[in-house]
Amino acid sequence: MALDTVAVATANPETSQPFAELGLKPDEYARIKEILGRRPTSSELAMYSVMWSEHCSYKSSKVHLKQFGDKAVKTDALLVGIGENAGVVDVGQGYAVTFKIESHNHPSFVEPYQGAATGIGGIVRDILTMGARPIAVMDPLRFGPADAVDTRRVLPGIIAGVGGYGNCLGLPNIGGEVVFDETYLGNPLVNALCIGVMKHSDIKLAKAAGAGNLVVLYGAKTGGDGIGGVSVLASETFESTGPAKRPAVQVGDPFVEKVLIECSLEIFAADLVVGIQDLGGAGLSCATSELASGGSGGMRVELDRVPLRDASLSPEEILMSESQERMCAIVEPKNIDKFLEICKKWDVTVTVIGEVTDGDRLEITWHGELIVDVPPRTVAHEGPVYNRPLAKPEYVDRVNAEVIDVALPSTAAEIKAAVLKLAGAPNLADKSWVTAQYDRYVQGNTIQSQPDDSGMVRIDEKTNLGVAVATDANANWSYLNPYEGAKLALAEAARNIATAGAKPLAVTNCLNFGSPEDPGVMWQFAESVRGLADGCLEMGLPVTGGNVSFYNQTGAVAILPTPVIGVLGVIDDVRTRTPMSFDKAGLELYLLGDTENDIAGSEWAYLHGQRGGKAPIADLQREMRLIDLLVAGRIDKVFVAAHDLSQGGLSATLTEMVLRHNVGATINLENVGQMLISESPGRVVVAVENAKALGALASKFKISLTKLGVTGGDALQINDASIPLTELRKAHTETFPKLFG
Amino acid sequence: MKVGVVTFPGTLDDRDAARAVDAAGATSVALWHKEADLKGVDAVILPGGFSYGDYLRCGAISRFAPVMEKIIDAANGGMPLLGICNGFQVLCEAHLLPGALTRNHELHFLCHDQRLVIENTSTAWTSSFTKGQEVVIPLKNGEGSFQCDDPTLAMLEAEGRIIARYVGENPNGSRNLIAGITNERGNVVGLMPHPEHAINPLTGPTADGLGFFTSVLKAMVK
Amino acid sequence: MAKIVVDVMLKPEILDPQGSAVSAALPRLGFTFAKSVRQGKRFEIEVDGQPTPAQLAEVEKAAEKLLANPVIETFVVRVEN
Repeated sequence: MALDTVAVATANPETSQPFAELGLKPDEYARIKEILGRRPTSSELAMYSVMWSEHCSYKSSKVHLKQFGDKAVKTDALLVGIGENAGVVDVGQGYAVTFKIESHNHPSFVEPYQGAATGIGGIVRDILTMGARPIAVMDPLRFGPADAVDTRRVLPGIIAGVGGYGNCLGLPNIGGEVVFDETYLGNPLVNALCIGVMKHSDIKLAKAAGAGNLVVLYGAKTGGDGIGGVSVLASETFESTGPAKRPAVQVGDPFVEKVLIECSLEIFAADLVVGIQDLGGAGLSCATSELASGGSGGMRVELDRVPLRDASLSPEEILMSESQERMCAIVEPKNIDKFLEICKKWDVTVTVIGEVTDGDRLEITWHGELIVDVPPRTVAHEGPVYNRPLAKPEYVDRVNAEVIDVALPSTAAEIKAAVLKLAGAPNLADKSWVTAQYDRYVQGNTIQSQPDDSGMVRIDEKTNLGVAVATDANANWSYLNPYEGAKLALAEAARNIATAGAKPLAVTNCLNFGSPEDPGVMWQFAESVRGLADGCLEMGLPVTGGNVSFYNQTGAVAILPTPVIGVLGVIDDVRTRTPMSFDKAGLELYLLGDTENDIAGSEWAYLHGQRGGKAPIADLQREMRLIDLLVAGRIDKVFVAAHDLSQGGLSATLTEMVLRHNVGATINLENVGQMLISESPGRVVVAVENAKALGALASKFKISLTKLGVTGGDALQINDASIPLTELRKAHTETFPKLFG
Repeated sequence: MKVGVVTFPGTLDDRDAARAVDAAGATSVALWHKEADLKGVDAVILPGGFSYGDYLRCGAISRFAPVMEKIIDAANGGMPLLGICNGFQVLCEAHLLPGALTRNHELHFLCHDQRLVIENTSTAWTSSFTKGQEVVIPLKNGEGSFQCDDPTLAMLEAEGRIIARYVGENPNGSRNLIAGITNERGNVVGLMPHPEHAINPLTGPTADGLGFFTSVLKAMVK
Repeated sequence: MAKIVVDVMLKPEILDPQGSAVSAALPRLGFTFAKSVRQGKRFEIEVDGQPTPAQLAEVEKAAEKLLANPVIETFVVRVEN
């Protein structure tokens, strides 16, 4: 088939184009023609189709995500906000930290190892492209039931992929989640978070400024990865040999990315780039249109200069390729020699593919013929904006009205059985089988990692300045009340930062939902975003960026709404952090916070087949006072240990604390069933030597205090129930090896 | 006292090894794989990581780097040389040490705090320890299973050239629980676990790893 | 087009956990024919024209030096058409 150039398109307006197969609606296709004043070439059609897709354009979510900007608290700490590759916050001492979370759900279902691996690769490049050295990763993961056949198909590969890619990059994995629920069968969620650190002056943005500056592509060569649907266009260029379909899955090479990181950091240190963008979803289409949009608006690219792994790729395929480990930099001509020299030192493929122009069009040629001539903003930023219909689903009121009637433990035997059952439940069991596959030590700055409440990394070896990150979601609560569920997840992540004594600073989010074409799902999404935005405003935490993943559903059944919230915090001296648990006897254990009858949405209720009831209502003022108390307590050295409560309630928290250093505890609880099982938010267990100092803190910050007991012994004693640590450890640690071998 | 730390493409724990060298009281010197120049260092460390992505075999390509020619010469002349993890793999591929490291027997990458017993304290890198001393040092690799033929194993045992063994369950299938070995002369040591990650209880399980780095200072003074 | 093929296998006495894993997986999928499985590597080398004996000798040296680790692996060099 002849090359579809701008000239050909202009001369042949009636040519039928497969816009529908590429996911474009008739009115969108019409709009493209209106923008261009003619029909698009097949390359332009490919670019618009992929850049206007839900994944790239956020067309269904934009109107709601606007709230993060509208309701944003004004803060000097936010150096780069939403809209760039990742947000950047000031953490003091001249350091800026960039962090972001993203999803790679559907590819991980198709090809678990590579889906997870390239998910890590992609988020790391987003951080690198801001000018930062990536310093840590985290992986919140969600799977179908632990004993389901398909979970056994996807889980090992996903874990191996996260580890295989992250370990090879030299990034410590400092935390994550592993959650099992029927809702994720067929729709596993692979969310990946990365943190990077730099000095303020190092921040890089994605803009192509300065006519005459060079557009430079470096990193891996381009192949046919991830083209998927665009082959519809390209298939006409193939003659014989049947369905030689291009792979829809991206395949990553972490060694190439590691070298890319080192090469890029040297380039940044030498101040050789004006703007930079990594190539992720939609590859070159995205990089060129975004860079051009970010700058003055003009760019010219010679597509045939792109170095290829596969010489048979068509221009449309090259534009759509999602080959990994590639970056696109804007470089002033005076710096190009040095740029090339650094790439040569690291044996990184590098090619000048174009230049910034002083026009306002993105022009792409193929062997001298113009195949793309578009206004870049219309591709990258002015995509369709949908105002999808939303309607509160009928289940909400019905399910909220359900009365939870699950039996709570009261006798000694029941208490022991309940604690052991929760300890061994897949959602609460020891995750060493997973986390031992991740390097937590590389770079030598990891202060906290799994199973601590938050991951913590030292960023200055002299001053001991550090940052902490935690991710949380509670799909049970989001299902019952998406507005409150989002607020509660935010509060939990912030509280996880604070238990170590770090101060929460900024927020990222990964919003995993079903189909936006379902008004009920859209309602859940809108409520979640509204809850998160309101929560962030009230807590004074800016949303720095994030990711939306729609269409997580099988047939007509959507996943439970799963907004994953990531909170970043700062600690001035990592040596003073409050550890999660105690290693000596004779300490007093207290519970901070109030316990209500919050059995609905709990792990206990879930294990007994009950998912209804009402979610708790978030009290963010109280959460904030608790956070302040925890930070003040660290500074005043009041706590020997602090561990927050979440899924599994007090039972899980005590289990984790006694097993950490193998020191038991003797606990006395009134209303023991509710105390052990309830999942009321805003609570932390602390171990102290000086109860008076704790009492003073609790009074000052107006947080309830309940004495639980003392540490010591070789059992977890709760009222009359005595659970030997050996038995508790066995129940807690045998679940994962039994399930996954 | 200068200790060179080599960086190959894909090396990961070079900065950590340098930190450990500095913490021990020596001065770390960065050595680039393409430069056949040891810059006057008194000892060399080949650090951990995934040099060349573990393509072909771990360490198989790194062993032919220009810097390696100089290192092999110097080691043959008695210069202390420590290979950690991937570095150990390079030393075996370069035939400075016998045997080879292969895939962990359970096929997973394994990162955990490993108890070791130090059995040979006469080498350049282990003199700070006492014979039979138990230490805890992070182990983190996918290809840490030490394999060799029976005659080699017998020789290593007979000559006391196993410098450290895993205590407890065999984490990776290594023959005779071998965690580290030395050459005949005692200047070249290969160690699978990562002492550079155990120099400070703030960031590692213990500070037991520091002993490897302080040992070489004594060796260089002699 | 002829090519030179080098097959590399672990020596019989060397632990092969990957081969063992494959051998354990086969019966789970209903394949019961295998007594044992060992996993190796195959290199395919293209040269101009038909491989010559001199080239094959060179490949033997290359296999000894790089493609295989003679401490734990054996190899076979042959021509495939």
